[in-house]
Amino acid sequence: MAKIVAGIGSSHVPSIGRAYDQKKQQDPAWKPLFDGYEPVKRWLAEEVKADVVILVYNDHGTEFFLDRYPTFALGIADHYEVADEGYGRRPLPDFPGDADFSAHLANHLIGNEFDLTMCQEMPLDHGFLTAMPLLWSHDDDQWPIKVVPLLVNVIQHPLPTGQRCYKLGKAIREAVEAYPEDLRVVVVGTGGLSHQLNGERFGHINEEWDREWLERIQTEPNALANLSHKEVMMEAGAEGGEVIMWFVMRGAMFEKVEEVHKFYYAPMTTGIALLALKNAS
Amino acid sequence: MKEYEDRWGIPGTYVFDLELSRLGYPINKMCNSLKSEDNREAFKADEEAYMERYGLSEEQKQAVRDRDWLRLTQLGGNLFFFLKLAATVGCGLYAIGAQMRGETYEEFMSTRNVPGAV
Repeated sequence: MAKIVAGIGSSHVPSIGRAYDQKKQQDPAWKPLFDGYEPVKRWLAEEVKADVVILVYNDHGTEFFLDRYPTFALGIADHYEVADEGYGRRPLPDFPGDADFSAHLANHLIGNEFDLTMCQEMPLDHGFLTAMPLLWSHDDDQWPIKVVPLLVNVIQHPLPTGQRCYKLGKAIREAVEAYPEDLRVVVVGTGGLSHQLNGERFGHINEEWDREWLERIQTEPNALANLSHKEVMMEAGAEGGEVIMWFVMRGAMFEKVEEVHKFYYAPMTTGIALLALKNAS
Repeated sequence: MKEYEDRWGIPGTYVFDLELSRLGYPINKMCNSLKSEDNREAFKADEEAYMERYGLSEEQKQAVRDRDWLRLTQLGGNLFFFLKLAATVGCGLYAIGAQMRGETYEEFMSTRNVPGAV
């Protein structure tokens, strides 16, 4: 039987990808960030040893256009390309998928009334890419883990509610536990925390709210998931509204979780956060 | 745009909802096309003809001519799409942000915790 062995929340910011590609790990402005991810990378490699990661992300006008925008979309392929966001493709290997596992998830989730769009091709932009090399080491052409991308619309309102995302996470846990193979599965929710790239309030960050979020997502996710989009955006900024993707991860974990590691850094325009959780024993 | 802000009630914010998305669709569709190098060249060669092809309103065209990112946002442009336009005309995210805040680039950067992290 498959099981979920870790839940991770992580921001996705394009400048992190650039810093990684330009090997700025020792640059004073970036060192805190890379050092902050290191303990989780080590934990994943040495203890968690997962086979597949379900990574919840959003596209940024790279591969999904507004002509037909899905609320939720699931990758069901054996292979996912690294997208070119208009600045040239990042030097990362393409990702191996697990089509059988994806098909199982699609069948189970749609059977339970979560009507996802299914994607045979899904080139992945920084929403997906940012966290991956910070969490798993790769070489020139290979990743140590298979991936299942799960896209959420956080671009065009109406967005799905926080509760819908939380319930989707719970349904994912059921689906994973119903899979007959002994897969070890990590769920990563990306995005946030506070930031705004829109209007006169561009650059809004709310460190206090972010730090509170990192606690409450552990202890009272249901209350957080009841916040309206407006309530979240007032505090966390217009683009901070994308934190709902963390609820998918949180719903996939047990009600009681243990914090493995936490990191926060807000150098420029985003409250960059990392939270690693395991299910309470 | 006051009326629009009041609808969501978040200061200095233009929430990209269906009303704004429908208004801005020509802008965002045009910007989305700039993913391809050929289209970027075509845009640069004749901006007016390119905007005409996508049916932008006169107000939207003027915002593009002025590189007025705040106005473009108010007229339905979505940053994730108009970043492709910005890249085509050589303008970066933080320059866009400074302009939307009504600040110079240097003023904006001085408000950041670690301006070296770009």
